[in-house]
Amino acid sequence: MSEVTEPARSGKPQMKTTEATAEDLAEATAPTRFWNRHRRLGVALVAIGVLAAVVFGSVARSATARFTLGVQNTGLALPIDGKVGAIVFGLITALCGGALLAGVARRWQGTLLGVGIVAFVLSFLCWQVAGQYMSLVDIANNTLVIALPLILGALAGVLGERSGVVNVAIEGQFLMGAFAAALVGTMASSVWAGLVSAALGGLLIAALLAVLAIRFLVDQVVVGIVLNLLALGITGFLYERLMQPDAASYNEPPRMPTWQVPGLSDIPVIGPVLFNSNFLVWLALILVVVVHFGLTRTRWGLRTRAVGEHPTAADTVGIRVRGLRYANVLVGGLIAGFGGAYFTLIGAGSFTKNMTSGAGFIALAALIFGRWTPLGALGAALFFGFAQNLPYALSTYNSSVPSQFLNMLPYVATIIAVAGLVGRVRAPAADGQPYAKS
Amino acid sequence: MTTTTEEKAPEKGDSFAATFLRNLWSANTVTVTVLSIVLALVIGAILMIVSDEDVRATFGYLTARPSDAFTSSWNLISTAYADLFKGAILDPAAISAWADGSGGWQAAITPLSETLTYAAPLVFTGLSVALAFRGGLFNIGGQGQAVIGCITAAVAGFAFPLPFVLHAVVALVAGLIGGMAWGFLPGLLKARTGAHEVIITIMLNYIAGLFLTWLIIQKGVQNADRSDAISKPVDASAQLASIGGPVRVNLGIVLAVLVTAGVAWLLNRSVFGFELRAVGANPAAAKTAGISVAKTYTLLMVVAGGLAGLGGATQVLGTAHALTPAVAGNIGFDGLLVALLGRNRPWGTLGAAILFGALRAGGNRMQSFSGISLELVTVVQAVIVVFIAAPALVKTIFHLRAARSARLGASMAKGW
Repeated sequence: MSEVTEPARSGKPQMKTTEATAEDLAEATAPTRFWNRHRRLGVALVAIGVLAAVVFGSVARSATARFTLGVQNTGLALPIDGKVGAIVFGLITALCGGALLAGVARRWQGTLLGVGIVAFVLSFLCWQVAGQYMSLVDIANNTLVIALPLILGALAGVLGERSGVVNVAIEGQFLMGAFAAALVGTMASSVWAGLVSAALGGLLIAALLAVLAIRFLVDQVVVGIVLNLLALGITGFLYERLMQPDAASYNEPPRMPTWQVPGLSDIPVIGPVLFNSNFLVWLALILVVVVHFGLTRTRWGLRTRAVGEHPTAADTVGIRVRGLRYANVLVGGLIAGFGGAYFTLIGAGSFTKNMTSGAGFIALAALIFGRWTPLGALGAALFFGFAQNLPYALSTYNSSVPSQFLNMLPYVATIIAVAGLVGRVRAPAADGQPYAKS
Repeated sequence: MTTTTEEKAPEKGDSFAATFLRNLWSANTVTVTVLSIVLALVIGAILMIVSDEDVRATFGYLTARPSDAFTSSWNLISTAYADLFKGAILDPAAISAWADGSGGWQAAITPLSETLTYAAPLVFTGLSVALAFRGGLFNIGGQGQAVIGCITAAVAGFAFPLPFVLHAVVALVAGLIGGMAWGFLPGLLKARTGAHEVIITIMLNYIAGLFLTWLIIQKGVQNADRSDAISKPVDASAQLASIGGPVRVNLGIVLAVLVTAGVAWLLNRSVFGFELRAVGANPAAAKTAGISVAKTYTLLMVVAGGLAGLGGATQVLGTAHALTPAVAGNIGFDGLLVALLGRNRPWGTLGAAILFGALRAGGNRMQSFSGISLELVTVVQAVIVVFIAAPALVKTIFHLRAARSARLGASMAKGW
């Protein structure tokens, strides 16, 4: 994940030079210490690698684990002995840790860390799947489906927060979007009308956030939390008054159709996942790319980052700080609204009270874990989607790991990331600070 | 809510009445609070009208017979809000029944009892958020700390056989310690690594919730007679004493008032309170003055977590009596609203918690008698706090004069 964030980070050296914060000084002095961040990470990787090799290796059954490329247990597959796999991948993790500990060139450190973590996950999977099969297509598909709203929500957060407006109201935007999609989608019996109104639902909450935070200078985290409760209350109230008594006319939206791209959908694994999919998946992936290039390569992106890092300086050179913030938060609302449409038009198929159940906060975590960059957020969302899907995927193997602990993974990972144990996470400097022209 | 004596101080040569009238329509805390509540109730009324099929039908021929639309809207709103009042404060029917001997005294005081029952945990979580705010920290983790407090209090309540009184004290202390532990982590991380407490506490909320759902289906915790996710009941000796029967109010509210007094003393009279207010006002200056900011942050989060943990403990020992996945309800997030409404002052928070308790208790009656969903209360609560948090908005809507005290609209958290 860390290497995909490089382009975005290298895109803002001009901002970094303008402000020498205490954190920058801390990093500047870091190489002089022997136990720098990568050495500590290396120790951690060696520890979990040895743990995986010994613990997973000893409890794993010595039977073939088949990772199939199709949905069934037939056809192409990657077979590996469960015990051997658990030990080998555990050792790979430990080796990556050892390399970090020994000290390698800076540009390899991110790759080594990534390989180490992936190998640890594979070691775990070999232990769990030994003697049975796991469909890689299913895993990839479900991961992407669960990650879809997270990607869109995190992207909405990126837009707001890079320009300096904290968006804790992603959850509320999801709920409003999901509700509007179900209501309008049913009444117009059109999935596209539902999708558009979902975006408008998200926009509504975003507009409240923008006005209160930018115009009335209310604390942005407070507004976000309160707007979440407001969205929860309004959608819950209207659900009980309108949708519950008469579901047929208010709460049976059409499902979003699945489209197949001929030719491309025959590629193994990637084909069925990406090219036998729905409009929202493509929209999300396109938006990630668009926002990434927008932020790093366009005038709008430079201005957004300037406003998010140092609004006074941006104002001095003639950038309209508040206008840009309004625009970004509102566009973010549209995107988060699309994310909300997922819940009713693709996921559950109808609206229920509090149906997002904290997905907005996982999106927030993905945004932070992805270091406030679109590609990082995509990676984090996919990782969290994988972690959330794992309990379902493992439930067929009588797994001994409780699903609740696997579900904790996104939150624990975010705490570790924010506490600076894995990579340095730094928010835009002016994130959350209202700008009042003096 | 909070008295604002400094705003009402009369000027030389002015009669009291003139000063009072001038200040009445200015943006002081009392006026803004009252207007916020009124606005929220108006928005609630609009939602009720919009969502009611029959009333909407009368608006279809509004130009032909406008009286229909207005009477039906009025009837809908007045019955709903009358039920809200009857459920929260007093029910005239029950009072007259008690007076002429056909009903018991329990029915007459049930509404107030319900209000105080719902208010008690909110006082604790509200104080937790308010205290952290004063020290410059935003404790969104009240929910998680309350959940952990629920868990430790309940486990202490059914795991060890202890005599009456002592058992309840032990269970409450267990809740306190559980919450403290859950507050310690974000405090420590904030102090040591600068990790923003908002992010950490949001994540810890979910971890606590997932831990609870895992714990209550484990052997030794789950109620052996039940197949659903519910723990063993808390021993009678550990439950907070209540009046009994339909009157559910228990010692929790008494404890809440005592703790409010304690927090008020801690904040305004103790050394730690001084230090935390100094750190909250300006960490750099506090550091220069010799106050350890890191130590204050950690200790503050421990105390805030402990308060929220006590809130969870009163919930489980006072009313719930067993752990369920939703045992802590929404008391952590409601505590956030309560603290904002109470302007982060201890006694203000107590008043705000009682108002929220009243809305909740009245909402129950409104739901069962008028068929208005309890969610309306959530909307009203959220809207009140939106206006409280944005006093400039209320000022614009009502063309209020600027208040002389610039207490309103102070920003508290500073982004990530």
